[in-house]
Amino acid sequence: MEKPDIKSSAPVVEMTAVTVGLREDPDQPALDDVNWCVNPGEYWVIGGLHASGKSDLLSMTAGLTRPLRGSFRLFGREMPVEGDQFLAGLLRIGMVFDGGQLFHHLTIQENIALPLRYHREMAGGDFAKTVKTILEMTGLSSQAAQYPGRLGRAWQKRAGLARALVLRPEVLLLDNPLGGLDWRHVQWWLDVLDQLSAGRGFFDGRPMTLVVAAEDLRPWKSRAAHFAILQKRRFCALGHHPELGRLTDPLVRELLAETPAAK
Amino acid sequence: MDDSHSAAATGDSVGDFVPAPPSWKFATSVGSSLLGFLATARGLAAFALITLGVILSKFGVARDVTFPAIYQEQARSGKRALPMIIFLSVALGLVVIGQTISYLKSYGASSLLGPVMVAVVVRELGPLLTVMLVLARSGTRNVIELGTARSQGELEALEALRIDPIHYLVMPRVIGMGMAVFSLTIYFIIGTLVSGYLFAFMTNIPLRPDEYLHQLTDALSGLDFIVLALKSSLFGVIIAVITCYHGLAQPLRLEEVPAAAIRAVAQSVVACVLLDAFFILIYMFA
Repeated sequence: MEKPDIKSSAPVVEMTAVTVGLREDPDQPALDDVNWCVNPGEYWVIGGLHASGKSDLLSMTAGLTRPLRGSFRLFGREMPVEGDQFLAGLLRIGMVFDGGQLFHHLTIQENIALPLRYHREMAGGDFAKTVKTILEMTGLSSQAAQYPGRLGRAWQKRAGLARALVLRPEVLLLDNPLGGLDWRHVQWWLDVLDQLSAGRGFFDGRPMTLVVAAEDLRPWKSRAAHFAILQKRRFCALGHHPELGRLTDPLVRELLAETPAAK
Repeated sequence: MDDSHSAAATGDSVGDFVPAPPSWKFATSVGSSLLGFLATARGLAAFALITLGVILSKFGVARDVTFPAIYQEQARSGKRALPMIIFLSVALGLVVIGQTISYLKSYGASSLLGPVMVAVVVRELGPLLTVMLVLARSGTRNVIELGTARSQGELEALEALRIDPIHYLVMPRVIGMGMAVFSLTIYFIIGTLVSGYLFAFMTNIPLRPDEYLHQLTDALSGLDFIVLALKSSLFGVIIAVITCYHGLAQPLRLEEVPAAAIRAVAQSVVACVLLDAFFILIYMFA
């Protein structure tokens, strides 16, 4: 099996003229002509209205769907790759779904342990200790034995994050992580993502590459470094966060909640 | 203005509509049903082949996860269904088999006892009734569990964690249910034969246990054991594949899960009966 090249500074994601398919119907285009490059350690936020293609873009970036057209390279490898040939590379990407998407037949602890148990040969190490550390980090220790259905949405989302982190990915894709959360949880998420981006705490000093899809850019204004929006089936990179306030695009202003919501 | 002009003026084309004759409607209905059946058969065959491929290529992969899942499935479909199977087998033995024994004795056809028991219980009723019970109990559960998981995005989460859903969700069910139906069939047959004899004993039919056993063993052939093992295991595998297919293979919304369960049960019953007919042919030509 191919060994991951952890020290590589090559772009982790490179898309050139890519057409992204819909997650639920991969033959139908959701976004056209996407040109995007994500370098290791970058912190991206992609804004867009509901059903603008954010989840579709993240799914394709995670290797769950294939590009309909164009060139998509993940860790320098042209995608898609059939079978388990690129498993080691794909395990370097973690994905956090909007609703957590936990497995309801498993407890929270079992949900988090499942990827480690399944990929034991690749994950190695003492996975009980890793699960315990992640549970503590996400504040889920007291709910470890509960089934997901007994937890609120906010805690399910945290469990989804814990499950995605357990394989120590280099890139974390987060689909609308702050959706439906109260300000305490929002603050917790922003702080944790800051720490992951800075490489503090859990990951032994290795900054994690973060890509967040969001319907509201306000919480991210002073956090993320790179911004983009999805509009009219196009991907538009906006640049760094100091430039964000100077943009006059109506959608950007709307996502920054500076104008009334579009009808 | 005549009728056709007024219809055109109002944009109403109902006046031009010529209803299809009943024979056309019938042919259309039969044709669309046939196409639907072929599409389902193709989908099921593809799903079965993919599952077989995964079992052959990944059986030993991630055994920390899949082997406990196989044992769990065996317990859920097998061990937990045992009380119901014993109840059914005793009921069948007392009601049907006991009466058969008594009739055969009263007509002086007691020498046919063994062949009748083997043909009715071992070859046909045992495997068929057992698989119907497992289908009703565990097959529907499969569709509901997997259909709900699919509709709530759990499959995508598995794929994001690079866990093959067929390997993690389908393989344990297929192997576990195959083993469960086989084991339950054995219990069912033993329960029916023993309770049938008990009925005969309680109704003072002069049949010694050794005579009964002797007749049964004489009537059983090596082919019966092979076919019984094959048939009952394949029944379990078939209902697992069909119910997993209906739960997993197509995108489902939550409200579509009950309809998928009904389809899965109907198709499983048809598939088991067809397989049973195939094994009857084996007996006929063996």
